[in-house]
Amino acid sequence: MKAIVTVVGKDRVGIIAGVCTALAGFNVNVLDISQTVMQGYFTMMMAAEVSACNVPLAELVTKMDEIGKEMGLSIRVQREDIFEAMHRI
Amino acid sequence: MLNRNDILATQDMIDKRHLDIRTITMGISLMDCCDPDLGVCCDKIYRKITTCAKDLVKVGEDIEKEFGIPIVNKRISVTPISIVAGSCQTDSYVEIAKTLDAAAKTCGVNFIGGFSALVQKGCTTGDWKLIRSIPEAMRQTERVCASVNVGSTKAGINMDAVAEMGRIIKKTAELTADNDGLGCAKVVVFANAVEDNPFMAGAFHGVGEPECVLNVGVSGPGVVYHALQSVKGQPFDVVAETIKKTAFQITRMGQLVGQEASRRLGVPFGIVDLSLAPTPAVGDSVARILEEMGLEVCGTHGTTAALAMLNDAVKKGGVMASNHVGGLSGAFIPVSEDEGMIAAAESGTLVLDKLEAMTCVCSVGLDMIAVPGDTSAATISAIIADEAAIGMVNSKTTAVRIIPAPGKDVGGRVEMGGLLGSAPVMPVHDKSSEAFVARGGRIPAPLQSLKN
Repeated sequence: MKAIVTVVGKDRVGIIAGVCTALAGFNVNVLDISQTVMQGYFTMMMAAEVSACNVPLAELVTKMDEIGKEMGLSIRVQREDIFEAMHRI
Repeated sequence: MLNRNDILATQDMIDKRHLDIRTITMGISLMDCCDPDLGVCCDKIYRKITTCAKDLVKVGEDIEKEFGIPIVNKRISVTPISIVAGSCQTDSYVEIAKTLDAAAKTCGVNFIGGFSALVQKGCTTGDWKLIRSIPEAMRQTERVCASVNVGSTKAGINMDAVAEMGRIIKKTAELTADNDGLGCAKVVVFANAVEDNPFMAGAFHGVGEPECVLNVGVSGPGVVYHALQSVKGQPFDVVAETIKKTAFQITRMGQLVGQEASRRLGVPFGIVDLSLAPTPAVGDSVARILEEMGLEVCGTHGTTAALAMLNDAVKKGGVMASNHVGGLSGAFIPVSEDEGMIAAAESGTLVLDKLEAMTCVCSVGLDMIAVPGDTSAATISAIIADEAAIGMVNSKTTAVRIIPAPGKDVGGRVEMGGLLGSAPVMPVHDKSSEAFVARGGRIPAPLQSLKN
């Protein structure tokens, strides 16, 4: 099962490192990263494999949200299916 | 990987345009709960519901989290109680309503539908008992919704039941006068009621349905409104295409969530109701979509045409997005639950007669409408008869959910709270329909050919 991780916040050193470390802690494998900085704002989207995640997905969503708040970022984890369903026939 | 714009577009719809799944509704058959002893019947009903739906809310909440899309309501519909309780040796079904209420509270759902009777051709003894239990049931329960089907294209209109429902609605308003007649917001009178409707107050689990089933109702007026802002001034062909595309996207969410929920609950997936269901929140209004098409205020000339196009485009877009479509499917126009409708009614542009015309071309009917508290039972019955006639002749579902606001007159307002919103009291015609309603009997089923 894949999930999309969306990270938005003010750019600074160590955002990717911090998010990836947190995901690694949950045994989530990052498959792809696309990131950009627009007017000082960091936006990153990651595709991640969550099948082997060591907590239930709903808990991962909550935990990553909390970690995001600690880092001053918005971190959102959503199953990939929702985007596939909406934008692919 | 997915296109980042697609990801952002979806997130934007959820965050800023009120995209949500309006309801996942579990339909539960109570056919195996019949018993001559009322107490035993109630025990069986309580046990059945709380067993089948014990995980409904938890599963709904988990899916919300994992997909990141709100599921606003988790609800239950049951077999029409007039059928289930038909063999009970009792004169009143209020105890059963209280049992349904208790089961809903145990399961954590906010509404349970099915305190219902289907009387389009005539009433059984059980049907009369149910109908006459409605006012007291609405007073004594919080989450139970009642519905009565008084007409159909094949059977005509049961005018005895129509006359009785006028009186029942008045009585319900009186008994719940402390809450602005809130009880009436949970009572709906149908023609051509559907068996798989996930939306309240009219949901019940039809006799043609399986043991247990999961139906989904989607929403998204805010998303459609936003999409139309990008095609300002363009011809209706473009408007219709834009609505179709948006409806497709909205409905796919419903399909996905419904399939996932039914898999986790181990219950067959029934249908997606292709609906545009508004909420009182700003930016989530069907009226504002009609206004975006070029009407100064919803209710002015052109509103019926705009709504007809919207309704049709929503269905065309949604049909391809789901494998089974059902329920009421169409745009809803509940006055109290739609910020734009409230404003249009308050300005005096949207009146009851125009709403009636609008119901000819869209889902359901005169919904969540407050009228003066001194409106007679006969007038309410006549309003029901008019609406049932529209449904009967046009082979569509129509309904009336009307609140004769106790002690209030035109210019006043009823406050229902939450998703039910608030409604300005709208004027009704002051000329009597008393003798018309008093006739009783049955309006014969209409001819289905020679249509003009």
